[in-house]
Amino acid sequence: MGREAAYDAIVIGGGHNGLTTAAYLARAGRNVLVLERRHLVGGSTVTEEVFPGFKFSVLSYVVSLLRPEIIRELELPRHGLEILPLESTFTPLPNGDQLTRWADHDQTRREIYRHSPLDADAYDRFGQLMYRMALAVKPILSMVPPDPTSLSRKDLRGLLSLGKHFRDLGEADFFMLYKLMTMSSADFLDEWFETDPLKATMSASGIIGTFLGPRSPGTAYVQLHHYMGEIDGAFRAWGFARGGTGAVADSIASAARELGVTIRNDTAVEQVIVRGGRAVGVALEGGEEVRAPTVISGLDPRRTFLHLVDEGDLPPDFVQSIRRYRSVGSSGKVNLALGELPNFTSLPGDGDHLRGAISISPSQDYLERAYDDAKYGEFSRHPYMDVIIPSLIDPGMAPPGKHVMSCFVQYAPYKLNGGWNDERREAFGDAVIDTLSEYAPNLKSAIIHRQVVTPQDMEDEFGLTGGNIFHGELSLQQLFFLRPAPRWANYRTPIRDFYLCGSGAHPGGGICGGPGRLAALEILKGGAR
Amino acid sequence: MPGTPLHERTSALCRASNWRRWGGFLAAGSYDLYHDREYWAIRNAAGLIDVSPLYKYLIRGPDAVRFLDRLVTRNVRKCAVGRVMYTPWCDGDGKVIDDGTLARLDEGVFRLTSADPSLLWFHDNAAGMDVSFEDVSERTAALALQGPNARKILQALTSADMDGLRFFGVMDVDLAGIPVSVSRTGYTGDLGYEVWVDAAQAIPLWDALMESGRSYGIVPTGLMALDMARIEAGLVLVTVDYVPTHQALLESQKSTPLELGLAWTVDLDKEHFVGRDALARQAETGPEWRLRGLEIDWVSLEQAYGSAGLPPMVPSSAWRTSVPVYGGRGQVGYATSGCWSPLLKKYIALAHLEGTAGVLGTSLEMEVTVEHQRLRAAATVVETPFFDPPRKRG
Repeated sequence: MGREAAYDAIVIGGGHNGLTTAAYLARAGRNVLVLERRHLVGGSTVTEEVFPGFKFSVLSYVVSLLRPEIIRELELPRHGLEILPLESTFTPLPNGDQLTRWADHDQTRREIYRHSPLDADAYDRFGQLMYRMALAVKPILSMVPPDPTSLSRKDLRGLLSLGKHFRDLGEADFFMLYKLMTMSSADFLDEWFETDPLKATMSASGIIGTFLGPRSPGTAYVQLHHYMGEIDGAFRAWGFARGGTGAVADSIASAARELGVTIRNDTAVEQVIVRGGRAVGVALEGGEEVRAPTVISGLDPRRTFLHLVDEGDLPPDFVQSIRRYRSVGSSGKVNLALGELPNFTSLPGDGDHLRGAISISPSQDYLERAYDDAKYGEFSRHPYMDVIIPSLIDPGMAPPGKHVMSCFVQYAPYKLNGGWNDERREAFGDAVIDTLSEYAPNLKSAIIHRQVVTPQDMEDEFGLTGGNIFHGELSLQQLFFLRPAPRWANYRTPIRDFYLCGSGAHPGGGICGGPGRLAALEILKGGAR
Repeated sequence: MPGTPLHERTSALCRASNWRRWGGFLAAGSYDLYHDREYWAIRNAAGLIDVSPLYKYLIRGPDAVRFLDRLVTRNVRKCAVGRVMYTPWCDGDGKVIDDGTLARLDEGVFRLTSADPSLLWFHDNAAGMDVSFEDVSERTAALALQGPNARKILQALTSADMDGLRFFGVMDVDLAGIPVSVSRTGYTGDLGYEVWVDAAQAIPLWDALMESGRSYGIVPTGLMALDMARIEAGLVLVTVDYVPTHQALLESQKSTPLELGLAWTVDLDKEHFVGRDALARQAETGPEWRLRGLEIDWVSLEQAYGSAGLPPMVPSSAWRTSVPVYGGRGQVGYATSGCWSPLLKKYIALAHLEGTAGVLGTSLEMEVTVEHQRLRAAATVVETPFFDPPRKRG
């Protein structure tokens, strides 16, 4: 017998979900092999020293959604996971004013009150509402979506518990949840607040990673998705992994290795081998074949089903569903190595406002205009940005006295007019720096090195189809029992013994791990759908 | 965390550096290392308490009465100019949002205090009414002067007749030449006043009161002493003795005024106010829960401690944790705050009690922790206030 026969399961892709699935399978006694194309694990959850001495969380950059049960069950703190708090959100404004929400409730209230006394009251009540909504939706994050059209006992049981859960919500909250599910985040927030920068900064979490604007229906739900993250039991807490997001993947990889998982880097999978409707192994680039009775893909649904397997092995309607699955990137990333801290005109000097998120979202119109550019194939001339300065939170990210700055930028459409090339990438980078410099004029001179990542780069280097950071948009038509396709939301696929465990499965994207864990638990149950 | 307009004075006096957070401001928990003297000042001389962190709103306009009558449970039409009403206000289900004092300063001018910010709730309930709201919380400082000597201290500073200011009355006077609004109100159940002053004049007022009070034993007093006094007075504290509806996560955490022992504040004869229908229904059936006074039996407490070989110990300050209360059939409620009353020489508590457990005179048990063991001490359901001296109204 060769080495390949030794494996019970092969996981394609060493992203945080693939690693999670591998760790859970190994925890149940399975012998698991993880195959990672790149030289390091993590997928989109990586820290790389792109410029000597400066560590960049190249793509994903903050942590909140990571399921607490994974942290607990895989003992991630023992494997090096440390999540440091990101306490504030600072929104500098073009008129020289600013709006900052702090970790402290009273301080935040005072600040919002300065902009609108009514909004200060509304903010508390809104927070209360979102807390209840997150509580309402939270169980869904940890459940395998039941198929509402199925009459199987398992699905019925799932639907019943879900029905009971929503009935227990109470009338008012149920109707509110319905509104959240259907409205645009801008409309939803307009019902509550009058301060434009506050609404804009809050609605920004409704557009992150989507090819939608704040006035597009469905974005209110995405906003809720970002409220559901919890750290130590506190909802809507965002944190920064010490060492960058790569540390999250590294801690899961460390747990997996300890549990006996084999991880092979620099190993790209060419194809899944299907025999008689069953997955039996993978063929690697270069011709090597590895066999195992279970194959799991941590790649996105389109890459998984349209590239890794022969379409002929899949039912045509399923192939159609996957082709229709929206996975169009809308965001880019600009990572900067800085010689000094940015100095914001509206709140000069070093200060606590630099230790949290810095949001370039002065108004809802600003965000919608940024979207307008993207709708017609251009990157936003004045983009929305979510900026953090990791070196202020974890000094190890940059040489002493120097800094790294992570800018999540939206919009950068995957389908750029004329296509992306080096020149366009740099032009996009310039638009980002120019925009930020309007608020922090010293930025340009502070830059030592910059890394610009476009949606095209995300696809080419990180394998994200369309450069979509969530493995497919978090819009209602492809969430829960529709993720990634109707009837196949239970991590199984039309090919027996072939499973999906990435962010394209329920509950979706972000550094969450939910798909990876739930996939593993389903695999361990075994059997067909 | 900012201080109140009096911070310059209070911080210089606060030897204990015992600061608490109140409504987004620093407030002295106690000035001295030991708060006993402050407590006794309230009952024996006069305590001067900075209550500036209270939220304060001026409500004005031709429809002010109509608006307030809709908002609060009491009948505002019965509130004459120069009078003050203590009142809760409720949501549509009759659950208490907050409580405070409503002072009628003029025909169409009221000042309402609240523990939580209330501007949005006012706006929500003022549709179509000619009424305006002004948040004067930061502009207005407030000093409570509480204790048997309070009247004398004020009288020494003004030619106005302080005897003329009856219990729950309010009037404008000059104190040491500083124009203020004085109400015969407080949170101690004692003879006492609250003085409302422009923030810019707060420090001169403090100095004048301290100077005048020197002959009468005035003591700057913090929240720890105030907490004991208000428990003795049987006065509920929002977020401690009840969860305001806007902060509640569960239906069961909310309370109606009837459940809080505030039935006397609910005027069901009013045609309409927010929560009226729900409260009318509850008034018919009677509330299932009731906030009551508990008096913990000394002999039983002595036995509980005795079982561990210790003499009985009583809390040195008021506590604010939920403590289980038991009846014959298991847990029948929970106490939300309590203290040893040095004045009454009784261990007292405020407790939410279910059904018949809330009947006056009922014998119950309250949990006491003795040497890490959870034991029980006998307790009796009693009328509040625990302490109600004639001078309060006299």
